[in-house]
Order: sequence, then C-alpha cells, then structure tokens
Amino acid sequence: MKTKLEQEEYFYGHKGCAGCGGSIAVRLALKVLGKNTLVVLPAGCMSAVGFVYPQLCFGVNALISPFASTGAMLSGLYVGAKALGLKDVNVVGFAGDGGTADIGLQALSGAIDRGDKIIYICYDNEAYMNTGVQKSSLTPYGAKTTTTPAGDRIHGGTYGRGSTSVKKDMFDIVTAHNIAYAATASIGNIPDYIRKVEKASKMQGTSYIHVAAPCPTGWGVESSDTVAIAKEAIDCGLWYLAEYEDGEYTLNRDVKEFTSVKEYLKKQNRFKHLTDEDIVAIGCQRDKKWKSLRKKAQ
Amino acid sequence: MEPTKKFVSGDEAVAIGVKLAKPHVIAAYPITPQTIVVERLAEMVESGELESEYMYVESEHSALAAVMGASVLGARTFTATSSQGLLYMAEVLHYASGGRVPLVMMNANRSVALPWSIFGDQRDSLSLLDSGWIQVYVEDAQESLDMMLQAYAIAEHPDVLTPVMVNLDGFILTHTYECIEIPTSEQVETFLPKFEFANKMDINEPKNLFFSSSPEHNIGFKYQQHKAIENAKSVIEEIDKKYEAVTTRGYGGLVDAYKCDDADYIIITLGSITGLVRDVVEELRSEGQKVGVLKVRYMRPFPDEEIRAYTKAAKVIGVLEKDISFGYQGTVFTNVSAALRECDVQLINYVAGLGGKNIAREEIVHIYKELNDTENKSKVSAVKSQAVRFVGVEVPKDED
Repeated sequence: MKTKLEQEEYFYGHKGCAGCGGSIAVRLALKVLGKNTLVVLPAGCMSAVGFVYPQLCFGVNALISPFASTGAMLSGLYVGAKALGLKDVNVVGFAGDGGTADIGLQALSGAIDRGDKIIYICYDNEAYMNTGVQKSSLTPYGAKTTTTPAGDRIHGGTYGRGSTSVKKDMFDIVTAHNIAYAATASIGNIPDYIRKVEKASKMQGTSYIHVAAPCPTGWGVESSDTVAIAKEAIDCGLWYLAEYEDGEYTLNRDVKEFTSVKEYLKKQNRFKHLTDEDIVAIGCQRDKKWKSLRKKAQ
Repeated sequence: MEPTKKFVSGDEAVAIGVKLAKPHVIAAYPITPQTIVVERLAEMVESGELESEYMYVESEHSALAAVMGASVLGARTFTATSSQGLLYMAEVLHYASGGRVPLVMMNANRSVALPWSIFGDQRDSLSLLDSGWIQVYVEDAQESLDMMLQAYAIAEHPDVLTPVMVNLDGFILTHTYECIEIPTSEQVETFLPKFEFANKMDINEPKNLFFSSSPEHNIGFKYQQHKAIENAKSVIEEIDKKYEAVTTRGYGGLVDAYKCDDADYIIITLGSITGLVRDVVEELRSEGQKVGVLKVRYMRPFPDEEIRAYTKAAKVIGVLEKDISFGYQGTVFTNVSAALRECDVQLINYVAGLGGKNIAREEIVHIYKELNDTENKSKVSAVKSQAVRFVGVEVPKDED
C-alpha cells in the first residue's frame, strides 16, 4: 500500500462547500491513480463545482457524462483506449448516490456485466445534494430531505419520519453481479480507502468502491466535522467497511461494541426530528444488517 | 482490384459500408428493423474480416454514451438504432452534438408508439431535428452503403465536427434486397482520410471535456455549433464530388432533383418513396405533363437555397412526407414553406405512410393531379387546399 501520496493535485480549485466529503474522496483517489487517468463524472456535486468553463479544475483528462451514463462512458473510454492501444491508463468514474443507485444503476450494471476494466467510485452523501437535498434510494431511514420532509401533520404516519425506505445496499447489488472487486469505504478511514483504490487499479476486471462521504451542508453538521462524523458512522455500525474479491467477502472491521446510534443521529439536523421509537427502529435495522454481514464474511 | 457486386438488404449495405470505414469501436443494442446491422457487424468482427472492439450495451442511451467515450480518445466509432431507441437516446444526441463529437449513427426510420408499430415512418428522426445532428435520408441500398462512408468524411471534417445520422426507411429499405457495388479497400483509402481528432484526450495534455458553461459563454458555443452545420453544406458537396471521382457514384449533395427545371408541378420527397415518385414522373412526362420530383437528402443542414433554385419554374408544390407535427403540419413541409416564404408558389402538404402504411402509385398520380387542379382553382379554394392532407384516410365531408 502507498504510504506516501503524490504531491501533485489533480482536483484543485473547485467550488465545493467547506468540508465537502465528496471532494476529499475524489482528490485522494486521483492522488492514488495519478496522471494516467481518465475521469468520468455525471451530473452531480463534483461536476457542478469543478467543471464550469473556463474554470476547469481537473489536472487529468476528465469529462462530464449524461446523468445516467457514467458506466457507459467509462466502458467507452476503456474500450476506446484498448482499441487504440493506449496502455496503463486508469479509467475511473465518480458518481454520487443518486447518480449510482437511481438513475445510473442500469449503466453501472451493464459495465459490470461486460467486465470492463474500469473503477467506479460512488461517493455517497446520502441524498441529491447538488440540487439541494432530495431523497435518493441511498438516503437512510429517517433522514429528512426536501422531498421527504418531517412534519407534525403526517408525523406518526408512514410518511412522517423523513425517508421511510431502508438504504439500498449497493455493495450487495454489485457483488450479485460477480464483480471482480467491490469494496465499501469511508473518508472516515482514509488509509483503508486509499488501499482499496490502489487495489482496484490493479484488478483486471470491473471494480466498484462505495465511499461514504458526508455532506455538512445536507446533513446539518459543522464543516469541520466531516471526517469525524464519517468515522462515527462506522463506530456506531451504520456504515461498514468490507471487500469482495473472487467471490469472497471480507469484513475489514468487525465492530465488537457499537457506539451510540442516538448520539450519531442527534448530531445531524437531518435526524433531529426522530423519536426514540424511530431510533430504536434504526438500531434494529443495524443489528439485522450486521448479522447478515458477519454471516457472509464467515 | 475491381469493385465487387453483392445482393444485400439495406441493413446489410450499411454494415458493409461501416466495415469499409474500419471503426475502432462498435456499440450494439438491438431494435427492429435495425438489428441486422449490428448482427452482420458482429459476424464480421467474429470472422476477423473487421478488426473492431465490439461492445454489447444495455440500452440505446448507453450505446451512444459509450461511443462518445471511445470517440474522445480519437477512436472512430459506430452505433445504430431506430424509433423508441432513438428517442431514448435523445438526451445523448444533444450531448454529442454540443460536445462536437464526430459520431456516425444509422437510424432505421420507424414509427413511434403509441400505438406500437415496428413499421416505417419518419416521425422518429424528424422529431429530433433540433438535436444538432446532421441528418441524411437515403433512398436505396447502394446509397446506404455509400453514405456510411461519406458520413464519416463529413462528421470528421475539421470544419464540421458534428455527428451524422444516416436514415433508412424501416423495412422498405432496411429489409429490401438489391444489388449493390462494393467499393474496393483501395478506393475507400483514397476517399476516406484517417480519423485525426484534434480535441482528443491526451495523457500529456489533459483535457476537461463536456463541461458546463455560464450564460455568458453558452451562446457563443451554440453559435459555433450552428456555424459548423452551415459549413457542412459546402463540405457535403465537396465530399460527394470526391466520392464520385473515386467510385463514379455521386448523389448531388443536399438535394437530388429529377426533371424539376421546367416542371410546373413538383413533389418534394424524403427517403425511399422517391423511387416510386420518379417512376410516376417518367410516366406523366411521357403523357406530356410538366412534372418533377425534388428529393431532399439532408434535413440538417437544410437545403433552402437548393429548394428555391430547383422550384423556380414551379406553380404548385406538394410536400409528401411520413411525418406529422400534431396540431400544425409535417415537419418537412414547415421547413420547405420557410424556404419558399418569399416565392410565388402554392404548397400542399401530403402526410402519408404513417406507421408503415403503403403509399400506392395511384396515390402519387392523384397528388400530381391535385397539384394541377389547385392551380386552376380560385384563390379562396387554394387557401383551403393548403390544409394538411392525410393520404389514404377517409375524412368526413364536413372536416375536409
């Protein structure tokens, strides 16, 4: 594993919010992958903050794809490079949670099915943040967004608690494709993330990394707390670090004793409205998830 | 080596044309009546006849996005679609033209649901006329092959750098077998330069492509895009002449006029119906009638000057098309009307062949007769005659 990152910046001068988790994920991955990298970004925060002519802030070749096409454009670049005999290039995509789990799921599935040698990184900030915080299928249960508001009138009913669906598990979805390599990661554990990006770059087939990347603006936390809150999500068991390779699951950190889910949730404005009952429900979801994770990793 | 002859369908002619252009990357997704094109290409790649990376993709939206990805590295690419698939690509069509990616795509003109129909009309591509692509409509299998080669030369021309859509009438052309002449590889090499993409991604000179632009800059990019398609007018003529010099086959550029110089009555056509109309013109000419047919080959760039030039003598013009912009008129008619807005000529719009309905010889004869009758009617009835006429539809008397 790389112990020293490149000094060179490949994602520099963007207009991301202070404390933006997604930009940390992009910046670090590019330092691992280096100069010979072709980047695809669909519509989303990273393309909005870094790609407005004439202020273009990628130091490597990069393009914005149509929202639904991250996987397809990555495949096109990979296949084009292969056809033209370009050797040793990394083809990497950075798509948000909506761009991956909602509108981009079909193209991602197609790319994995073809087994193209690409790295797909989903930076998950758990809602459509670029458009001002709307629910995606990776918005966690209970989170308040502008399309899943929490309010008195319907609170207590099915739709009063913010988002009422349980976060889709993209790791499960991609591993069900028999992908060459998949991992979950977090900017709350940067060495682990860097190791996974490096590993992905050495795979012969498709790699998928799902990196938890908090959004202080959308989550309602201090901009200085991005990394800390990402760490806390892992500690309380609402996020997990795992890998899948050659059909084998590895749980990178089997948390023996979780920290308080309530404390994690109550630090964030998006969960402020939750009742104790809601929090108990979230704790139960966590326990169920970990039971299945541990079983898979056995 | 001499050119060879082969008996093939329109779809197969397209596949042969594409093979001769040697694309680096092909993205394939099936849809009737296009599927045969990508099937034949798969066979050619499998047999080693064609050295291309052949990608099967999960949707038309992805097909076009994938070839864009390959193209920005400097790869020549191909994909093909039809109807619902073309509409599913709609977003990416704008994306490719705005990004100035010189793609070539074949579209099998097919009706658009609802009602579902796999049969031909031209509503699919005409509804996407404003997507910034050059649109050419071919008439037969030979032109299908030849236009694939010309399409690459046009799209990749440094003054154009705009994607080209080659349209074939579904079934009538895609599935009809005709004898074609296949150019030799030497001829193709003489005609078609190697694809050199000045704006391609480069590891040592990284590029940020397909960016956003502020309102301040956006309109400037759109102006350049418009100019590029206008530039295509002369490039199209030039490339057609070059193609003719190499293969002896030329198509006349933006339009193809048949006996229009002295014609009183002209039918303007698009695509494969032209052959039948030309036959009718022959027949009526032999009876002494001064009739002609003007085939519009390119809908974008639109041949407004050529239409004015070839219809100078005309008294009444019928625009026959397999398209309707509901609530107004056919799109070809709207464009022709705009081109002729200052000309002293009467125009009638004939909408025919929607959803694959056959256009009969007698109906063409009847149209020429109506054009003739219109001239002899009073002004008042002439105005009424400008309403869109649906060919082959029984219209109640009070709606006529």
